[in-house]
Amino acid sequence: MKTIHLTIDDMQVSVPEGTTLMQAAETIGVHIPRLCYLPNLSLEGACRICIVEVAGARTYQASCATKVAEGMIVKTNSPEIRQARRDLVELILDNHPMECQTCDRDGQCELQTLAYSMGVRERLFEGKRKRYEVEDSSFSVIRNSEKCILCRRCVRVCSEVQGVHNLSQLYRGFNTLVAPAHVSPMLESVCINCGQCINVCPTAAFLEKDSTDDVWAALSDPNKHVVVHIAPSIRAAIGEGFGLPAGTPETNRTVTALRRLGFDVVFDTNFGADLTIMEEAHELATRLKSGENLPLITSCSPGWIKFLEHFYPEFIPNTSTCKSPMTMLSVLLKTYYAEKHKLDPKNIYVVSVMPCTAKKFESRRPEHFAPAGYPYTDAVLTTRELVWMIKAYGIDFKHLTPGAFDNPLGFSSGAADIFGTTGGVMEAALRTAAEALTGKPLTELNFTEVRATTGLKEASIKIGDATINVAVANGLNNAKTILEKVKRGEKQFHLIEIMACPGGCIGGGGQPYPSEGRYVLDEEILKLRAGALYNIDEAKNVRKSHENPFVQDLYREYFQHPGSEKAHKLLHTHYTPRSPRGIK
Amino acid sequence: MITETKNTLPKEICDFIDVCLTREHPESYLIAVLHKLQQQFGYLTREHMDEVAQRLHVPASFVSGVATFYHFFRLQPRGKFSISVCLGTACFVKGADKILDAFRAELGVDLAETTKDGLFSLDCTRCLGVCGLAPVVTINDKVYSQVTPQQVPDLINRAKADLETTETKV
Ligand code: SF4
Ligand code: SF4
Ligand code: FES
Repeated sequence: MKTIHLTIDDMQVSVPEGTTLMQAAETIGVHIPRLCYLPNLSLEGACRICIVEVAGARTYQASCATKVAEGMIVKTNSPEIRQARRDLVELILDNHPMECQTCDRDGQCELQTLAYSMGVRERLFEGKRKRYEVEDSSFSVIRNSEKCILCRRCVRVCSEVQGVHNLSQLYRGFNTLVAPAHVSPMLESVCINCGQCINVCPTAAFLEKDSTDDVWAALSDPNKHVVVHIAPSIRAAIGEGFGLPAGTPETNRTVTALRRLGFDVVFDTNFGADLTIMEEAHELATRLKSGENLPLITSCSPGWIKFLEHFYPEFIPNTSTCKSPMTMLSVLLKTYYAEKHKLDPKNIYVVSVMPCTAKKFESRRPEHFAPAGYPYTDAVLTTRELVWMIKAYGIDFKHLTPGAFDNPLGFSSGAADIFGTTGGVMEAALRTAAEALTGKPLTELNFTEVRATTGLKEASIKIGDATINVAVANGLNNAKTILEKVKRGEKQFHLIEIMACPGGCIGGGGQPYPSEGRYVLDEEILKLRAGALYNIDEAKNVRKSHENPFVQDLYREYFQHPGSEKAHKLLHTHYTPRSPRGIK
Repeated sequence: MITETKNTLPKEICDFIDVCLTREHPESYLIAVLHKLQQQFGYLTREHMDEVAQRLHVPASFVSGVATFYHFFRLQPRGKFSISVCLGTACFVKGADKILDAFRAELGVDLAETTKDGLFSLDCTRCLGVCGLAPVVTINDKVYSQVTPQQVPDLINRAKADLETTETKV
């Protein structure tokens, strides 16, 4: 490729042809301020914050959208440019509420940070302000268009990464509004609740539906037995919320923090993951034998499940009927555990901590309510909400001593930990299915061929004499690609893992906002978080779900065997096509 | 739960969409399809737009984006009284914009919208060719000349009174 030579801020730069000015500046340590730009999404060029002066050009150029050219002379920091940028930020603020102190993103808002770094210290313009009600119909994602600055990152992530196309820019001029079709409430839209729009939004125009008030109330209610369980991917990401480097495993300090917050018992969603594998491996074996409803598609990701119901109802028969690890564990808490400890399930309050906003919706599905009318999971907190609660309670996370989960529902195999990353459910299932199918212990536990660093991976795995074809997809646009391939009959797959979010749960819509210098969807962060989970797995003695001794006890005492009638009643579910129909 | 969109589009429009689907970039015919729909029904309904989205394989949010972006498309039926303010040069110079604002304020609707009771819809038009009477407002087939913003409430009341008399006659 041709190399282009140019001058940026009096420094010589040589970069490959096709590089943008913004990227070229980064190679010499010049960070040009930006707002609408986000790597991994298409270029928008809407905010103009990234303008620079190019010698000979009539107007300032948006550096995120301008390619380098031979001999270009660029200034990113002249007094005029700095003034112009500041004016742009002031104009955005002019139409933005002045309520930073009471805003959920105070201290974590890109607009706030930008305004501060531009030196905006007072509001000069005071003009017409857009006024909207907060749209909070959804159990997962709330929309506050008053805070929207129209960068369209959410529109782009929802279309380009998730293929949902739920959001669009509606109306025009001053009345421009980002919303679902017909400005429908989110609950009545094709939104799959993934929360990626929250992750990418530079302001608080999208947020998760808050559950912390409910949890505080339960914690201070003397009549409630409050149980918490945390998803695999929480341990890989929560540290970032306290300023620790990405990829720091934080299982044990999280347990201590939860105890300090006042939870009576601290369990691990991982146990539910081991149980899911028991049921799903059994399902796979049955289907492989009968040849029916193949490929089997995983069902842990609630974003994917809602996508299935809106966009691909024809694949409902293929999708595993297993409830997710979260719901399985919550069910156990209000049945098995309650019976064992002679507790009235109505007095047990179950909180799950999830990387995911879609889990909030999952917990409110009527299918996941007990026949007596109470939900199995009472409240779902995102990683972000838990981080906030820990800080709000004055707990100094970094100085906590490590704690340990309670048993039996706090013990898990390493196979459960890797559920949190793309390819993990597949690998966990293969470890158990391979031994069940061949009757022999596995010599190699790491199925590295399904460990994906990309959004889509296919592999053929030899199990005994059989070969099974598998695919792993994360990000629903990738899921679309693989499902269309199945529909066209191009390849016979046996097992497909689908996770709605990029990278799997570690990239979920409820994970901590990126720290300074990082950005959302940063592959580097995802790799570090996944690495933390693989390390936890490697370090465990028990690395296969079926070898979890407490899971074995559970089957002996309660379910008899995977796929039993009782297991079906409590651990399995069903799906329904949903309106509005999604457009593929 | 409903799973299928209702089929309410007229056959000609469905056929037209089918033709578009055989061409390159079928989605680029979206505006043409919406245009035909509005021609036939006077405005775009949500059901129609959703069905267009399904048939043309364009996300509903995108259809909604296009329909709300262009002034031309109406999302509500016209009212019993269709008010039109001329924004031609002569009328504009004589303050037609202030008349328009007065209607907006009085009716609580913007251009191309209809009042909740379905009585009034507000629109603007280009020069009607009666510049001598500027500024001009038409309400259905009646033409009002040299209108002032102060007269706006009165014009609305008169229309309402007309309605009452016709209704009592019936
Ligand atoms: S939650 Fe996901 S599907 Fe819903 S609007 Fe946001 S990005 Fe789109
Ligand atoms: S809601 Fe957020 S991400 Fe979407 S356009 Fe507005 S400011 Fe940008
Ligand atoms: S960051 Fe370049 S225009 Fe917004």
